[in-house]
Amino acid sequence: MKILVMIKQVPDTATQVKIAADGRSIDTAGITWIVSPYDEFAVEEALRIKEKRGQGEVVAVSLGPDRVKEALRSCLAMGADRAIHLLDPAWEAADTLATARALAGVIKQEAPGLALFGRQAIDDDMGAVAAQVAELLGWPCASWIMEEAVDDGGKAVRVGRQVEGGLEVFELPLPAVVSAQKGLNEPRYPTLKGIMGAKKKEIKDVKAADLGISPEAPALSVVKLETLPPRPPGRIIPGEAAAAAKELVRSLREDAKAI
Amino acid sequence: MAGAFWCMVEDDRQGNPKKVMAEVLGEATRLVGQQGGQVEAVWLTDKATPDGLKALGELGAKRIWLFEGPVYAPYRGEVWTPVIAELAAKESPQAIFAPVTTRQRELMARLAARLGAGLSADSTGLALEDGKLVATRPVYAGKLLSKMTWAGAPWLATLRPNVFRPAEPQAGATAQVERPAATAPAESMKLIERREESATGLPELAEAEIVVSGGRGLKGPENFVILEDLAKVVGAAVGASRAAVDAGWRPHRFQIGQTGRTISPKLYMGFGISGAIQHLAGMRTSKVICAVNKDPEAPIFKIADYGIVGDLFEVAPLLAAEFKKLLEK
Repeated sequence: MKILVMIKQVPDTATQVKIAADGRSIDTAGITWIVSPYDEFAVEEALRIKEKRGQGEVVAVSLGPDRVKEALRSCLAMGADRAIHLLDPAWEAADTLATARALAGVIKQEAPGLALFGRQAIDDDMGAVAAQVAELLGWPCASWIMEEAVDDGGKAVRVGRQVEGGLEVFELPLPAVVSAQKGLNEPRYPTLKGIMGAKKKEIKDVKAADLGISPEAPALSVVKLETLPPRPPGRIIPGEAAAAAKELVRSLREDAKAI
Repeated sequence: MAGAFWCMVEDDRQGNPKKVMAEVLGEATRLVGQQGGQVEAVWLTDKATPDGLKALGELGAKRIWLFEGPVYAPYRGEVWTPVIAELAAKESPQAIFAPVTTRQRELMARLAARLGAGLSADSTGLALEDGKLVATRPVYAGKLLSKMTWAGAPWLATLRPNVFRPAEPQAGATAQVERPAATAPAESMKLIERREESATGLPELAEAEIVVSGGRGLKGPENFVILEDLAKVVGAAVGASRAAVDAGWRPHRFQIGQTGRTISPKLYMGFGISGAIQHLAGMRTSKVICAVNKDPEAPIFKIADYGIVGDLFEVAPLLAAEFKKLLEK
């Protein structure tokens, strides 16, 4: 079975982000880039399905500028067989829907049995692309999955999706779209052999025209980015524990009116 | 009707809208007051109770589009999306809002793709500027705020719980209930089972007004009982940091932060939590933040409104006793 894993390259959480001169994007100078953590769960799950079945192919896919090759290379080092890089200036202003259209285009061409995503990317936290791809393809979709089992015949997948108050286990006919929640697995670290091997694996560039897509104007766009309004300075309550606890409860009631 | 602000109903699976709907309907009502149009609820469910319908009316819905039938439970995007999209094509709503829950996040994304519309997910602010809706969303682990706007209607947005001011119920206000004919598409997803989480007797993390949260400083899973005792006194949910979850002390559903839940309670109390960026991403929009930590240099004190530098094993039970005294008054 062929499995496509869609990944996004994002700034490392610990990286300082600064607003760029245009006021609408971030200054990318000095940023450390990583594969979005939820996407690593998706890559790991794809590799496990392939290993369990003893055959198949795992293809990592990402949309973005040149630097995204590095993220795709990390997926290859983890064990993906090849990668596809959606690289086209026409996608520079891509919003989630334009991204979903591009990814749906690739998925249609590649015709995998399963399309795996992370539940959201940790840069814009929009969390929409997986479900949008499913809608555009007309495929069943389960989001925030914490369990997965493809049946032996490769005709269906059983997934546990996290919902408020519980876990719903569904069977979906393949092909299907699923998005990974934390708890699905523990992603592996690339081995040295994996890292060396990744250099020889293929990363294919794909342009919008190759998919027969002419990107549309974004349906949602950033007006501006802002820094957080400063929080009023906090107060450390001094004194020994009993007095401090008493004073904290009084402050929460009388000053903050939080209880 | 054209120009309406739709609110997707999240229910408790027993036929009643969840508490968070007061916030969604309240925000829609506030915006409609500036823009014109009316607030309407859209409810897909296997069961809507008369009380549930009444509650939506009292919270500001003038009309309820009700799709009721066994096919609508449990939620499946492939069933719900075409039904709502068909109604939207007929009715041309100006906006479609929903609370942030796992299924509404997926549904609204699918709906946006089907309608070719923009979606602002997990919004923490909405405002009309020159007749256009502008959403505020935290991005980059909550380090920046992004203001976003739509190229055209309908404006789709999901709203973070506990951020928007809830509607005050107006006794006697009623909504007109419409049951449009709809053919739900054949479903391909089959429900095998639903596993309920063991009931804690405490509120749900995402909706709780007060959250008590523990980190590495708790030293072990057995010590969370200290926080549970405090939570019971004030009616709080209990959360945990990534460190505590990764150590296996709490199940992942209790994790607050970047790879867990994003919460915005009225009061957040962190115990033995240092305040790594990953954690702050999930709780920094809380209204009042207090922290108890032995380390006076813990980063959480930088965003805390109140802090106690001390031993949580000593302070937490004292706080529980003080809250008890206060609330028994």
